Amino acid sequence: MRKLWEMKKKEAEREKSSSGISPAQIRIQKDISELDVPSTMSTSWPDVTKLHELLLEIRPDEGYYHGGKFPFSIHIGSNYPHDPPKVRCLKKIYHPNIDTQGNVCLNILRQEWNPVLNLNSILVGLQFLFLAPNAEDPLNKEAAADLRNDPRGFGARVKTSMQGGTVHGDGFDNVLLS
Amino acid sequence: MASVAESAAQKDELRHDQWSQILRRPGPFAPDVDPQLDFHDLFSSKILVVGAGGLGCEILKNLALSGFRELHVIDMDTIDVSNLNRQFLFTEHDVGNSKASVAAKAIMRRIPSTTVIPFHGRIQDKSFDYYKQFQLVVCGLDSVEARRWINSTLVSIAKGGDFLPLIDGGSEGLKGQARVILPSITSCYECSLEMLTPKTSYPICTIANTPRLPEHCVEWAFLLEWPRVAVNNSENTKSSQEISLQDEGSLREETSVSLAPAFDPDIPWHVDWIVDRARARAAAFEINAQDIDRFFVLGIVKRIIPAVASTNAIIAAACCNEALKILTDCNPTLDNYMMFVGEDATYTFTFNLEKRSDCSVCGALTESYPFSKARPPLLSTLIHHYQTKYQLHSPSVSSTSGFPLYFSSPLPLQQATATNLSKSILDLISPSQQLVFTDKALTTSLYISLQEITDGP
Repeated sequence: MRKLWEMKKKEAEREKSSSGISPAQIRIQKDISELDVPSTMSTSWPDVTKLHELLLEIRPDEGYYHGGKFPFSIHIGSNYPHDPPKVRCLKKIYHPNIDTQGNVCLNILRQEWNPVLNLNSILVGLQFLFLAPNAEDPLNKEAAADLRNDPRGFGARVKTSMQGGTVHGDGFDNVLLS
Repeated sequence: MASVAESAAQKDELRHDQWSQILRRPGPFAPDVDPQLDFHDLFSSKILVVGAGGLGCEILKNLALSGFRELHVIDMDTIDVSNLNRQFLFTEHDVGNSKASVAAKAIMRRIPSTTVIPFHGRIQDKSFDYYKQFQLVVCGLDSVEARRWINSTLVSIAKGGDFLPLIDGGSEGLKGQARVILPSITSCYECSLEMLTPKTSYPICTIANTPRLPEHCVEWAFLLEWPRVAVNNSENTKSSQEISLQDEGSLREETSVSLAPAFDPDIPWHVDWIVDRARARAAAFEINAQDIDRFFVLGIVKRIIPAVASTNAIIAAACCNEALKILTDCNPTLDNYMMFVGEDATYTFTFNLEKRSDCSVCGALTESYPFSKARPPLLSTLIHHYQTKYQLHSPSVSSTSGFPLYFSSPLPLQQATATNLSKSILDLISPSQQLVFTDKALTTSLYISLQEITDGP
C-alpha cells in the first residue's frame, strides 16, 4: 500500500497545500453562487466578507400577504451542510407558522433537513409559507385557529397586522411595501 | 534486584520482540520479509492521537504498550468527574485539569520508554507544518465538525505530496465505527457526510404548542422560553448583563432574576431554571415529568449520549490494529469502514465506502497557474482562462482564506465584488494562498495555486 502511494505521488502534480478554507465554506460558496432568487425575493450581505450571514426579503405577489415585505436573517453555521442554516423573521408578523419572536416553523429547517438540500430549498420553503400558510402545524395557535375557522376574517386581520395594527390585543410591525 | 530503569528497558524490549512473530516471519500476505528487520524506525514513527477522552485513553494505552516511542496527543477539554468511569488515565485528583496533559503523564509514568507530548488546545490551532511531522493520525473525536476539519487538512497535505493516513474512530453508546482514510486515495470523511444520522430534532410547532414528551418540555424551556424571558427582562432591567444568583425558592420569580442573553449549560443555575420550567410545562400538559432532572436536561441540551467503556475498547483496538498494519505493511488494511453494533448482540460489518468524484474535499481539481512577478495577472484574466479551459458557466472565486474575490451571482454580491476584476491578483491574495472556483459546470471545486516563474536566464 506504501507502493500505491509512491505511484500516486509520481503521477500527481506537485502543488502547494491549500490551507484555511473549510469544506463548509466551499459548499456555502457553491450554494450562494447558484442561488436562484425569484423576482419576489432579494438577498443582501451586510458584510460581504461574511458570506455566511445574509438577509433575505420576501415580497409575496399573491395570497394573504400580498403587499408586504418580510425580512429574514439567515445564518449558515460552520458545520453546514450537516447542520441546517438558522432562519429568523426580523419583524413581528401575524402568521400561523411564524411566532412573535421570529422563530419559523418549517420542516426542512429542523427535523427534515438533510445535507442534500441547499439554500434554494430554503427559499422555496419560505416562499411557500407565505403563499400557503399551514394551519395544521401551528407555531402561532391563534393565527392558525383564525385561518382554519374564518379565512376571510384571517385575511382582514393579516392586512391589519401588516399595517402595524393590533390583532387580538397584540401589536405588529408595519411591513407594507409602500 | 533489577533497578526500575532496567526492568523498564526489559519491558520495552519484550514489547518489540512480540512483533517478531509477525514482522520477521513470512506469511500469506507478506511473502518477502526481512528476518533481521530492524524495528528502530518503525517504533520511532511519530503518531498523533486526536482526543484524550474515552477513545483517546484506550488508543494511547494500546499504542504505548505496542512499543511506539513517540506519541502526541491533542485535546481541548478538561477532566470532568463523569469521565472517570471509563477514561482510566484520570483519577478524582485530576478533575479540572487538562485531559491531554494528565493522559500524557499517566502513560509516561506507566510506560517510561514512551514519550507522550500533550497539547491542550484545539486542532485548528496547529499549522500544516505541525501535522506534517507525523506518520499517522488516529482520531478519537466526538464531533462532526472537528472530523471534517482534520480530514480536509490531511487531504490538503496529501495533495502537496506528503503521505499521512488517518484512522478515524467513533463510538456512541453501544455502537461505533472505525475507518481507514488514505487521503486522496480512498474515500474521505466528507465523501460520507450525507450518510451520517442527523441529530434528533423536534418540529418547533410541536415544541411550542403540542408537546407530548418530557424532551419537548425541556427543548421548549431552553429554545423558546429562555430567549423570550431574556428579551423581556433586557427590555425591563437597566443592566441585562447582571446575573443575580438566587436560591431555589425564588427562581419562580422572573422579575427578580435578570437573565443574561445566552443560555449556558455549564452554569448550574441556568440548568436549574430549565429543569424548573420544563417540569412546570410537563405538569401543564399532563406529561410524566419524573425523568426531568439536571442530568436529563444536560443530556438534551448538550446532546450527550451515555458512553460505554467496552465499546471504546473495541473501537480503539480496531483502530490500533490498523495503525500497526499501515505502518508495517504486514497485512492488508481495513478496506475501509467497519461498523460495530452491540445493542442486541455483537455484530460488525466491514465495507468499502466509495470515494465520491464530486466530493468538495478529496474530489477537488487542483491546478497551477504560472506567472511572472513583473507581470502578475488580473483577476479577470485568471477567471477568463479557467472559464474557457473548463467551459464554465458563470464561475465564482474565493481565496483559501475564505475571502470572496468575485461572485457572478446573486446581484448584490456581483456588484460588491465587481471592482476586484480589474485588480492584480497579488493585490488580492498572497502568493502562498490559493483560489477556489465553484461553478454549475464543475461537479466539485477547483483549486488554483500561483506559480511564480523567474524571467530571463
